[in-house]
Amino acid sequence: MLLTSADHVHTGPLTDVEVRRIRNDFPILGQEVNGNTLVYLDSGATSQKPVSVLEAEQEFYEQRNSAVHRGAHTLAVAATDVFEDARATVAAFIGAAENELVWTANATAGLNLIAYSFGNASVGEVAPEARQFAVGPGDEVLVTEMEHHANLIPWQELCRRTGATLKFIPIMDDGQLDMEAAAAAFTARTRVFSFTHVSNVTGVINPVVELARMAHDVGAMVVLDACQSAPHLGLDVKALDVDFAVFSGHKMLAPTGIGAVYGRAELLDAMPPFLTGGSMITTVTMDRAGYLPSPQRFEAGTQAISQAAAFAAAVNYLSETGMDRIHAWEAALGQRMVAGLEAIPGIRVLGPSAGTARAGLAAFEVDGVHAHDVGQFLDAAGVAVRVGHHCAQPLHRRLGLSASTRASAYLYNTTEEVDAFLAAVAGVRPYFGITGA
Amino acid sequence: MSALDSLYQQIILEQSKARTGADLPNDQLAGEHLPAGTGQCHQLNPVCGDEITLRVETSGDAGARTISGIHWAGDGCSISMASASILSELVVGLGAGEVQIMIDSFREVMRSRGKLQADEEVLGDAAALSGVSKFPARVKCAMLAWVAAEDALRQTA
Ligand SMILES: Cc1ncc(COP(=O)(O)O)c(C=O)c1O
Repeated sequence: MLLTSADHVHTGPLTDVEVRRIRNDFPILGQEVNGNTLVYLDSGATSQKPVSVLEAEQEFYEQRNSAVHRGAHTLAVAATDVFEDARATVAAFIGAAENELVWTANATAGLNLIAYSFGNASVGEVAPEARQFAVGPGDEVLVTEMEHHANLIPWQELCRRTGATLKFIPIMDDGQLDMEAAAAAFTARTRVFSFTHVSNVTGVINPVVELARMAHDVGAMVVLDACQSAPHLGLDVKALDVDFAVFSGHKMLAPTGIGAVYGRAELLDAMPPFLTGGSMITTVTMDRAGYLPSPQRFEAGTQAISQAAAFAAAVNYLSETGMDRIHAWEAALGQRMVAGLEAIPGIRVLGPSAGTARAGLAAFEVDGVHAHDVGQFLDAAGVAVRVGHHCAQPLHRRLGLSASTRASAYLYNTTEEVDAFLAAVAGVRPYFGITGA
Repeated sequence: MSALDSLYQQIILEQSKARTGADLPNDQLAGEHLPAGTGQCHQLNPVCGDEITLRVETSGDAGARTISGIHWAGDGCSISMASASILSELVVGLGAGEVQIMIDSFREVMRSRGKLQADEEVLGDAAALSGVSKFPARVKCAMLAWVAAEDALRQTA
């Protein structure tokens, strides 16, 4: 059978041949680092950007730059169209309606938006429809032991301000959530359950539907940290049945400075705002103000407009490549990493062992060599990885570590790159003079 | 020598394992009830989790103190551990003023972005850490024990 090039590009699983073509869209990947071809395996921290994303931002500034929602002139209308079309595109990408997607600076800002809005519903004079978000003494906020600090500290602070109690579901030695403990953790007092879809350290993929059901059964709100899933898995917030979800553009081919909060429409329209000021109001007098419905209610001040335009270009790039194909390709790279790492003496992989589902990333410990030294050695070989606690100190402490080394792949990484990474890791202990298994 | 080899010189790899002075008992990390002439400081690099608690013991009269002992407990990369170990070997027996001059000189080299090579006359084995200054992300690792020593020393005055 003859295949046209279109068939090659859009059907069947991703292959190294197609990934090499994808790489041509990412100018930064062609460079050399320390005399070696760059092997970029730090997309879990931030992804690289394709030309179409860079162009979308430039095009906005060259042709449409203006304030949005604030003027009658032609450019203002054009800018508003770009901004709102971008919202529709990113909302559709996660299965949400346009008015259910609020722009934020990043996922951290999104989680703070939710936690602070809940806090605003918990003190002082509260509108009847906002009381469903209130937490106070006797109430419980539930998280997990695998959370990124961004999904832990805002809840610690909410509890400190309101007198609610923070609880967590523990993890097991293999990094998976302890589902028995989870079943016992939900009580009639649980008001909020906020958890990560995919761990940025162990690559564990949590059973969102099951956990959301457990939370809803006790009447709790469900907040999903989709930072490590939205870029990689193909997200459908309605099918997952979560009440809120947050993610960052920069981890999914978009620029820094933009992220999003998804919230069910009826919740967003009832929730008190976090940041207040211009662009989010109806009538303002000297002593009070009325607020617009979502999403404007949560978008005070001038927004990241060019970044929104580029965010839409980024999700278009992902959709055109196909999220199912991206997920399958990364899952295979993740398995190749783990199987390869397990075969190197003195390496302990955090999280599920080879053969068990995980995202396309692997964090590991090298016996006798500190993660910082591992990262330095790999950098000299041109391999870019992340070292440290990856903003998950409690998780590392639970696994008996203070730091680890993490390699994380994306749609532009090849199997050759994973093999180059593995070969470099095999050289670490010999270089530092550590012997034995 | 490759940049990597200039960072990880043999003496650094050896010192990171030797950990001279790493004998501060666990129950003394809080640094309570220190005798006069003794100072202690805890330093943490939140970026990578490198951590040290370092105690400086001195003897002699105020204004003319001599370092009589260095004891520390810590955890971190080979650069931070080697640096603490080398510091511990270098300063015992020296006057407080001399040690402060060493710390100042070491800091200057570390901040030089590879432009300064440490003077072995002043810094002894710590001169082997000169290569660190070419790696801005690692300067804090090398400085950790020295910053702790400087603060601890100040408390003894
Ligand atoms: C699971 C998870 N949550 C939250 C964040 C925070 O994302 P950002 O720094 O873009 O706000 C990250 C990124 O590091 C992450 O991996």
